[in-house]
Amino acid sequence: MPEITFILPAGKEQTCTAREGLSLMEVALQNGVPGIIAECNGSAACATCHIIVDDALASTLDPISEHENDMLDFTAAPRAPGSRLSCQIKVDGRLDGAAIRIPAEM
Amino acid sequence: MIKRIVIVGAGQAGLAAATKLRQEGFQGAITMLGDEGAMPYQRPPLSKAYLLGKLEAERLSFRNSDFFYLRNIGICQNEPALEIDRVTKGVVTAHGRHLYDHLILATGAGPIKLPASMAEGIDNIFYLRNKADADRLRPILREGAQLLVVGGGYIGLEVAAASRQVGAQVTLVEMAPRILNRVAAEPTASYFRRLHSSQGVDIREGIGLTGLKPDGAAITATLADESTLTIDAVVVGIGVRPNVGLAEAVGLATDGGILVDEFGRTSDPSIWAAGDCASFSYQGEMTRIESVPHAIDQAEHVARNILGAELPYRPRPWFWSHQYSTKLQIAGFNRGYDRATVSQGIAEGSMTVSYFREERLIAVDCLNDARSFMLAKRQLGL
Repeated sequence: MPEITFILPAGKEQTCTAREGLSLMEVALQNGVPGIIAECNGSAACATCHIIVDDALASTLDPISEHENDMLDFTAAPRAPGSRLSCQIKVDGRLDGAAIRIPAEM
Repeated sequence: MIKRIVIVGAGQAGLAAATKLRQEGFQGAITMLGDEGAMPYQRPPLSKAYLLGKLEAERLSFRNSDFFYLRNIGICQNEPALEIDRVTKGVVTAHGRHLYDHLILATGAGPIKLPASMAEGIDNIFYLRNKADADRLRPILREGAQLLVVGGGYIGLEVAAASRQVGAQVTLVEMAPRILNRVAAEPTASYFRRLHSSQGVDIREGIGLTGLKPDGAAITATLADESTLTIDAVVVGIGVRPNVGLAEAVGLATDGGILVDEFGRTSDPSIWAAGDCASFSYQGEMTRIESVPHAIDQAEHVARNILGAELPYRPRPWFWSHQYSTKLQIAGFNRGYDRATVSQGIAEGSMTVSYFREERLIAVDCLNDARSFMLAKRQLGL
């Protein structure tokens, strides 16, 4: 199972094993990662599961849909180049060893 | 010193309260009493992805059992509360009595049913509130099945969409003059009428269901215009009623729901309520809000207020629906609007309906228009 590390705003790290096929948001919730709220349970309707991935990972992930792109412009923490909604990223081998940053809310 | 908190209900609000209590450092016992024999799970997908078989049962659950174990949150998955004893402060179940210092009622709401006289002797009548309801309905939804959906609210429309996506034939009847009559303005209704018609749903507005008769393995439905339909199943989505029975039985105040103050407290200072079951004063009227974000928010306020925060709850109403490839996002509460305007969004086919009351924006329905939704949510302070 892919191993994924969540980096919390204060720098603390939390590493979890993730079942393939789940969304990154679901992995975060199951593991109680703070900062991932996911009010809409993965419908890309609320933008409260905002994460930031590094450039290398960003380029291997499936492209962002127009809807997700629009939502990302209005996240609570400002959008960064690697910003994504974690509910829209499915866990597979590409995520193994990934470091996922949880942005600090402004 | 608070030692024991009991939560009646293992849905969205119950889970949010339990989780928040631990996050806030509460170290006493937390017991959640569920009545469905399941870990807390999400209801919105029941009429969407789960009904289509696109979301496995396991993923409906919010959290796995480790989550509860690690936080020492007790879950009785199938232990319905039978009675509250306000004097000894206990919740009575078939297995005994759960004593509490504070009790949270997160009992949710239940579907309004067809009159018994109409439903008598008919097996294939479905409601869609619980996972068990969706599990019963799923095998019926298959190519060529003939389905009657009663009620043109969001649940009815979502079921119609899911049914068309698996190739079932759908007739939808709405007794009111138009679909979404209670919850949206005409332009939003028109959008969905066109969308469903283009997908082959036969929508009949201003026409109620007047009778059902068994017809071999099928059902004959009679409508108010005296037309008849031969169908395999009826799905009913005509609204919900808050589950107030437990509260009423012990004299807690109710007013269209379990009455709570701005802190989420009922008329008994050690009993609280949150989510679909709770009624509170909002914009000068007694209000219940049926929405996931509200259930979470109000329950979290209750959790913090039990621990002494004295935090008044101010709703941030917003909602969503998903039908075919249309994403609807609603921000605000359109009650009492006096004007609705339509604007085209940036993306093709996107549209936003804005609701005003005395020239002030109070709500928006955004159809594939995430940008307008997020802007309005900010503007409305949600």
